[in-house]
Amino acid sequence: MTSHLIALGYQPHWWPILTSAFMGNALIGGTIVALAAGLIGYFVVVRRTAFAAHALAHIGFPGATGAVLLGVPVVVGLGVFCVGGALVIGVLGKRAADREVVTGTVLAAASGLGLFFNSLATKSSSTVTNVLFGNLLAISQGQLVSFAILLTVLGLSVGIIYRPLLFSSVNALVAEAKGVPVRALSMIFMALLGVTVAMAVQAVGTLLLFALVVTPAATAIMLTPRPVRAMAASTAISLSAVWFGLGASAMFNLPPSFPIVTIACAIWAAVWFSDRRRRVAAQAMDELIGGSTEMTAPTTPASATSGI
Amino acid sequence: MSVSERPNAPPALAFTDVSAMRGGRLIWSHGTFTVPPGGIVAVIGPNGSGKTTLLHMVLGLVPPADGGVEVFGGRPGEANGRIGYVPQHYAESSGEAVRAADVVLLGLTGYRWAFGRSTAAQRERVAQALAAVEATDIADQRLSTLSGGQRQRVALAAALVARPELLILDEPLASLDLHSQHDIVALLARLHAELAVTILVVAHDLNPLLPILDSAIYLLDGHPHYAPIHDVVDEALLTHLYGTPIQVAHTPHGQLYMRSTL
Repeated sequence: MTSHLIALGYQPHWWPILTSAFMGNALIGGTIVALAAGLIGYFVVVRRTAFAAHALAHIGFPGATGAVLLGVPVVVGLGVFCVGGALVIGVLGKRAADREVVTGTVLAAASGLGLFFNSLATKSSSTVTNVLFGNLLAISQGQLVSFAILLTVLGLSVGIIYRPLLFSSVNALVAEAKGVPVRALSMIFMALLGVTVAMAVQAVGTLLLFALVVTPAATAIMLTPRPVRAMAASTAISLSAVWFGLGASAMFNLPPSFPIVTIACAIWAAVWFSDRRRRVAAQAMDELIGGSTEMTAPTTPASATSGI
Repeated sequence: MSVSERPNAPPALAFTDVSAMRGGRLIWSHGTFTVPPGGIVAVIGPNGSGKTTLLHMVLGLVPPADGGVEVFGGRPGEANGRIGYVPQHYAESSGEAVRAADVVLLGLTGYRWAFGRSTAAQRERVAQALAAVEATDIADQRLSTLSGGQRQRVALAAALVARPELLILDEPLASLDLHSQHDIVALLARLHAELAVTILVVAHDLNPLLPILDSAIYLLDGHPHYAPIHDVVDEALLTHLYGTPIQVAHTPHGQLYMRSTL
């Protein structure tokens, strides 16, 4: 049994690796990123801004390579480009019809810039790999401090704007008519998304970010329609992906992003298939009974309405 | 006592020489009319004549290019706490993951800042609003699983939950089948009678609404006018308004209906 596992790259001494100092940083950093992703991911899915989230991860790439070029911390470059790119998409993509084209164009411009910065730099190939695929194991103490500050800002902001943001996400026009500052909230949300992406890129990289920010939230929304429960479920999925992923990376000597993303995607696939089977079964049941719910709405006695 | 019986109640709407611009273009002008509270008022006119713009002006979302608009005696937007609004294309434009009951609750608490749990009293108001539109049985379903007619009921409940004095409905019957249209019209008549609410409703097809309408705002040749419904349902006026020959007929049961004679 063990010999087969060793053939797979199994490390018999994985426990000391998992409890080492750099793994501690990875666990704390991964946990913070998972919490942020769970919080923001729900709104990304409900607001249908998954493409923007994906694009922002790529927009961070020139930020990271540019930072290496200038000799400033990668976090700073990522933060400036992700939040800046989020605001540009927010301003130019006000109309839903424009949003995809604006997002894609900003994405293309940023990727070109990233390639250019990378060609100027001489010794950045490991940075490029880290930005593209992330490396939780390389998270430093300094990054952890910035993560903790950003998560606090994120948590407080979402706590304050939660209800109006949900209202404007469900129906912007109705919310606007009730006096909700829909435009301002949209910009604040994009900025918060930029912050989350800048953090998550350092954990799983630009190419795999979707699986940590969007996929767990989409999975959670299939599991429950209740917003707070969905956020909790989304966070739980992100957390288990990060924790079990780090465990697997220690056990099998894998780059952590691979098992993290694989676990998140596998949970999504499992929930998607069972959700689909349930819906198909429900539909078959409806057809068997032969009545649509539309026709069976009970009439309510007039007295029940007098309180409205 | 219904709103209309109140002696000194200000008019629901008072327009004084109002003009509307959209995208730098004048779409209608010289709108001067007063809508008393308490009625069911249609807003009619051909495509692009500015019906939705008029509604948005009442809500304070679009400022008048010229002239003065008063809603319940105040500036547009000030009275939005007393207005329930169901926009056009509600079904397509709404987030689909949330439950019907959550959508209705947002109509009550969605504009409040800070995280907060709903109170028992708020949940009771949500239940009452859903019961008023006969949607109690779908309270826990996601919007994505509901039919067009069911979603329109949820949208109405979300508008009613704040106990409005004015309901603004933009094309509430669009893309509904005849059965659902009839249900929604019957529901509007009942809500109007029970809740003493003024209803402003944009509609392309007037026929399903004709039995319950009191009056109409019609956008004729770039100017809004207001008149009792029996003056509006006139062959010459409607033919001019829609630019196509329209005949007004009476059914054997005494109901009015209009049809294009092309």
